[in-house]
Amino acid sequence: MRIVIAEDSVLLRDGLTRLLADGGGCDVVAAVSDAEQLLRAVAEYQPDLAVIDVRMPPGYTDEGIKAALVIRRQYPDVALLVLSQYVEESYATDLLSTATSSVGYLLKDRVAHVSDFLDAVRRVAAGGTALDPEVVAQLLVRRRDDPLSRLTPREQHVLRLMAEGRSNSGIVTALKVSPSAVEKYVTNIFAKLDLPPTGTDHRRVLAVLRYLGA
Amino acid sequence: MTSGISLYVDVMTPPYLTFRRVATVVSSLWSAPARRATRILLAALLVAAVTTTLLGGLGIIWGAAVYSLLNWPVGSRGHIVLYVAVVIAGPVLALWAVQGLTALQRSRFRAVAGVDIPGGSRAADRKPWPVGPWLAAATWRQLAFHLLSIGTGAAAGLVVVCWLAPVAAIGYLVAGHPSAAAGAAACAAAAVLIFAAPWLAQQLARADETSARALLGPSRSEELALRLESLTRSRAAIIAATDAERHRIERDLHDGAQQRLVSLAMNLGMARERFTDVPEPVRRTIADAHDEAILALSEVREFIRGLHPAVLNHRGLDAALSGLAARAPLPVRLQVDMPQPAAPSVEAVAYFIVSEALTNASKHAQATQAEVTVRCDGHRLQVMVTDNGSGGAAPAEGGGGGTGLRGLMQRAASVDGTLTIDSPPGGPTVIAAELPCES
Repeated sequence: MRIVIAEDSVLLRDGLTRLLADGGGCDVVAAVSDAEQLLRAVAEYQPDLAVIDVRMPPGYTDEGIKAALVIRRQYPDVALLVLSQYVEESYATDLLSTATSSVGYLLKDRVAHVSDFLDAVRRVAAGGTALDPEVVAQLLVRRRDDPLSRLTPREQHVLRLMAEGRSNSGIVTALKVSPSAVEKYVTNIFAKLDLPPTGTDHRRVLAVLRYLGA
Repeated sequence: MTSGISLYVDVMTPPYLTFRRVATVVSSLWSAPARRATRILLAALLVAAVTTTLLGGLGIIWGAAVYSLLNWPVGSRGHIVLYVAVVIAGPVLALWAVQGLTALQRSRFRAVAGVDIPGGSRAADRKPWPVGPWLAAATWRQLAFHLLSIGTGAAAGLVVVCWLAPVAAIGYLVAGHPSAAAGAAACAAAAVLIFAAPWLAQQLARADETSARALLGPSRSEELALRLESLTRSRAAIIAATDAERHRIERDLHDGAQQRLVSLAMNLGMARERFTDVPEPVRRTIADAHDEAILALSEVREFIRGLHPAVLNHRGLDAALSGLAARAPLPVRLQVDMPQPAAPSVEAVAYFIVSEALTNASKHAQATQAEVTVRCDGHRLQVMVTDNGSGGAAPAEGGGGGTGLRGLMQRAASVDGTLTIDSPPGGPTVIAAELPCES
């Protein structure tokens, strides 16, 4: 997997490079420190995945999000994994407005859980999603006319896990329940949210995401 | 006895000592305060001459025109037009005169007395010219001072006469060939006047300065208005500086400690994954360190977030509140209706009100649900936080949740907003703030 990293802190840039190269067996083709260099590197290397810090020079605000949106427009095949010290619903909404696949948005803290983080990297690169539980919680808070209130707390929990990008078997592990129970929850959720059931896990997650981001 | 002593002095003092005594007495008359007062009065005399000419001339011409019009009909049509023109132009010219004379008097006090008479509020200047200034009390107070200054000028003339009394007496003695009695009377009068001169000069100068401060300076209400203006400005500056400082600390921590902690936790995480075949104590130590690092990281994150959320500056209150509501330890329904942003300092106050209210709701009121509504109509920003907790919240001086509420009230007041707390025992608690959109 060929990866471009954009992170302004030298310490983290080197750390991420090491983590992805040594631990994840990825090929880090470029590690840059701002959005402009990131766009150049993506144009030059056409990587499989770009790992992007939100707050970068010169403004230290949301340069990473803006760059991610540009990349998604110009190079739709490049998967995007955005990292930030804080996750914000408004950034997530921006990010999800153009892409609900091959996209991830995680707290930087998550890199400390090495294997979980590498899982998320692989999932995003493979066309899936990885949303931080905090992002999902914020998106849920924003639902105004709340069809989610129709869900039981357990179903809300399942929906949350789905929105984070977990498969049914992932949810089984997380909740320590039987696969058939998860199956039932998922079916109930889609019924209550008026979402027609479709083929794969992946498509169902996208449907939920689209619903959350709407 | 008294005369004896004086005789003794007269007889025994050598002539040069007598001369020194006289010099001492004379120089004590012509002391620095007396000289200063006299300078002030001479200047007052000159300015009074200008004032008399200007205001007197204007007054006479205007009065004559009014008188002529009142004794209708008078003269030809041309005259009437002229009179009406004078009656209308009079107040306009008088306004110029008053304002010009005020400037002149101020510069007199500055230059001669070294006294700065502070200007009043600019309220009089802001009103539409030329009618507006006449509606302001300040203009009339200035006019009163100028009329008074004519009297001051006349009195100053008398002081000058006092100073010159000996010269006049000597002239009288030399040129007038008076009788002995008349000459003695003239000398006595001159002596009295010259001794009175410094005292008179200082009293008059003091009165002049006092009346100038009272009439040309700001009135009590204007003074309060000026003070309010400056306090408002300085308070806004302090709030802005505090916000900027919080923002700076947030950035420093974000760029420094936080990145290092992430890196540390990541390295420990990698070590934990990689070194699985090491002795158990080593493995456990690495695992513990890793867990600690992750915990420290999330604590630092929470701390920085509480200091000043960056998203508040970058994306505004609306965006910042979702993070707050999502991280709250109880379910929160959030409704924000803000077509346009409020001033950053106001948004910060609103943010911290919601933050503190939600903390109180879960910590002290054991609420299981809260609702946050934020509405902005362009003038007022309304923030309302409702919870279903046990109620009984009240701002207090002591410990507990009350101090937080008091802090919130102070925060709201710092931007001219209000905060009301309705929290009957048993709940529900409603904390409502109304803040101006501009700080």
